[in-house]
Amino acid sequence: MSHFRTELRQRAEEIIALYPRKRSAMLPLLHLAQEQDGYLSDEGIAEVAGLTDTTPADVRGTASFYDMYHLEPVGKYVVGVCTNIACLLAGGEELLEHASTALGCAVGSTSPDGLFTLEETECLADCNLAPCVQVNHRYVRSTTPEKFDEMIDDLRGGRLDHDVPSHGTLIRVRRNGGLRAERSEVAAERAEAKAAREARTAKESS
Amino acid sequence: MAMLDAPRIVTSRAEFDDSHTLARFLATGGYESLRKALTMLPEEVAAEVDEASLLGRGGAGFPAGRKWSMLRKSPVSYLVVNGDESEPATFKDHFLVERDPHQLVEGVIIAAYALQVNQVFIFLRGEFALGLERVQQAINDAYDHGALGRKIFDSGFSLDVVLHPGAGAYICGEETSLIEALEGKRGFPRIKPPFFPAVTGLYGEPTVVNNVETMSNLPWIIMNGGAAFAALGGGRSTGTRLFALAGRVRNPGVYEIEMVKNTFRDLIFDPALGGGIIDDHEIKAIIPGGVSAPWFGPELLDLPLGQDEVAEKGSMLGSGSIVVMDETTCVVRASWRITRFFSRESCGQCTPCREGSGWLERVLYRLENGGGRMEDIDLLLDLCDNIAPGLTWPPQQTTICVLGPSIPSSIHSAISMFRDEFVAHVTNGGCPHD
Repeated sequence: MSHFRTELRQRAEEIIALYPRKRSAMLPLLHLAQEQDGYLSDEGIAEVAGLTDTTPADVRGTASFYDMYHLEPVGKYVVGVCTNIACLLAGGEELLEHASTALGCAVGSTSPDGLFTLEETECLADCNLAPCVQVNHRYVRSTTPEKFDEMIDDLRGGRLDHDVPSHGTLIRVRRNGGLRAERSEVAAERAEAKAAREARTAKESS
Repeated sequence: MAMLDAPRIVTSRAEFDDSHTLARFLATGGYESLRKALTMLPEEVAAEVDEASLLGRGGAGFPAGRKWSMLRKSPVSYLVVNGDESEPATFKDHFLVERDPHQLVEGVIIAAYALQVNQVFIFLRGEFALGLERVQQAINDAYDHGALGRKIFDSGFSLDVVLHPGAGAYICGEETSLIEALEGKRGFPRIKPPFFPAVTGLYGEPTVVNNVETMSNLPWIIMNGGAAFAALGGGRSTGTRLFALAGRVRNPGVYEIEMVKNTFRDLIFDPALGGGIIDDHEIKAIIPGGVSAPWFGPELLDLPLGQDEVAEKGSMLGSGSIVVMDETTCVVRASWRITRFFSRESCGQCTPCREGSGWLERVLYRLENGGGRMEDIDLLLDLCDNIAPGLTWPPQQTTICVLGPSIPSSIHSAISMFRDEFVAHVTNGGCPHD
C-alpha cells in the first residue's frame, strides 16, 4: 500500500523517470511527501526511501540538511519573515516582532489555533520590497505591520487560497513534455547530425 | 550622469505584464535566436560566446566560453543551470526566472546545442515557488512549440530539460554542492581537486554549470553577434549586467546597465536608478558584490562597475548585489547579522567555518547587546585570521569551499573602517543606536 495518494504516487513515478539515477529524485520527492502531509511524516519518509532505493535513515539524514523540509507538523501556513541584511536595514526585525505578537506565537513555533507557524528566514531574494515576507513560499509583500495584519485576516478568511496553497505544495504546474527516447537513440542521432554537418562543411570548403 | 543608452539585453520584455508567457515571447523575437543557432555549427555558436567574452554572472565571474571549452569529451555530459540564488541581497536571477522564463529556456537550449549535450538540469532555488511554476510552464510550452524534445525545429538536435527544485540551503549555490543536491544527497561541497565539474561533475561525468543570468544573455549574443556584446562595457567586463540594488536607497531594484561605463555613484544616485539615499542621509559604506565581499567607503563611489576595477580595490563585483548602508546603520549589527547568516548556512564539514562562524557570531552578539569586552575587537580579527589567514583579498582558504573565507569580509571591513564604533559599543555597554 502506497502512503502517497494515487495522483501523487503517479507524479512521483514520473519524476523518478526523469533522472538517470533514482536517488536524484530525492529532493523533488520530499517536496511531494510534504505536499501530501504538510510536513515529512515517518510514512512519507519511508515512502521516499522505497521509491529511491535508500533507507528511511538516509532520507531523514538528507532531508534534515535542508531548511524547507519540516520534520515536525507545522501550521497550514508557514509564515517566513526575513531579517537578513537588506531587510534588517528596512525594519525586518521589527516586523518579525510584530508578527510574533499578531500570531500569538514565538518565532519557530505554531499559533494556538494551529493555523500559522512563524519562521525567521534568511534572504528571500525580494529585497526591493523589504522587509520580505513569504507564506508557504509565496511572496505576500506585506511590508508594514498594518499590511501584515490584513494579510493574516485574508488568509484566515480564505481570500488568498488561490495564491497561497496549503503548506508543502510547491509546484502546481505539472510537467507535460519530455524527450521520451532512449539515450542510445539520441546519441546515434547526434552522431548522424554531426556527420551531416561535417559533410556539409567539407562540401562548402571544397 | 549614468550612461543608460546601452541595449537592454536580458530585461527587454520585463515591463510587459505578460512577459512570462509564450505569446509575448514569440511576439518579441522569442526562439529566433535558437533557430539561427541551429543553422550554425555548434563550434560556431561557442565561438560567438567566446568572442562576446561573457563573464559568468553567478559570482566568480569565470569566462563562460572558457568554461565550455574545458568540457571533457565524453559520450555522456551534462549542462546544469545554477538558479540557487541565495547570496543575501541578490535578487536578479529571481527577477529573470519570474519575468522572462522563456528567455532562460532559449538560452539553455542554445548552450546545450553548442556543448552538444542532450540533458539539462535547471536547479532553481526551492523558495522561488512562482519562479518554479513559471519555468516549468516555459519548459512545457517549449516542448509543445517544438523547441525542446526530439529533433528541435526539425534539426538533428534533441534535448531534454528537467527543472529541479532546491530545498533551502545557501551552500547549494556552490557548484559541487549543487551537484551533490542534484544527486539527492546533503549539499556538501566536494573536495578539490578535481577543481572543475567540466572534468568530473554530475554522476562523475563532465558537467558545465552556468548561472541563470549567463544563460539569459545567450539569445541576444547569438542574434547580434559576440562582437556586438563585446563592444559594450570595457576591459574584461563586457556587455550589460543586472545589478540588484538594496538597502538605504530610495528605489531599490534590479537594474540592467552597461558595465564599466557606470559607477557606483551613478547606480545609487541617478534618478532613473537608485534615486539617492532615503531622507538624503550620508552613505556610510556599501557592500559591492554580495555579503561575501569586503565593503567600500564613500570615497570609492566613483569606481566603475567592472569586475577588474572592483577587484583592484580589494573587493569583488561578485553576485551583482549592492547594499547601501547610511549613517543610521549600525555596522556592528550589520556584520553580526551577516555573520549569523554564514553560521546558519555553514554546511559543517570544515572546522574553521563551522566553529569559527558560530564563535564570531556570539562575540558580535555580545558586543551589540552590551556584554562586549574591549579585547573582543582583536579577538574577532584573530578568529577571522584563523579562517582566512592573513585576511588578504582574495582570501586564503582553509576550507573545502569559499563559504568559510567569505565570513571575515564583513567583520574585517567593519572593524577596519569603523573601529571607533566597536569601541563605543563596549564603552556604551551596548549599541549606541538603540
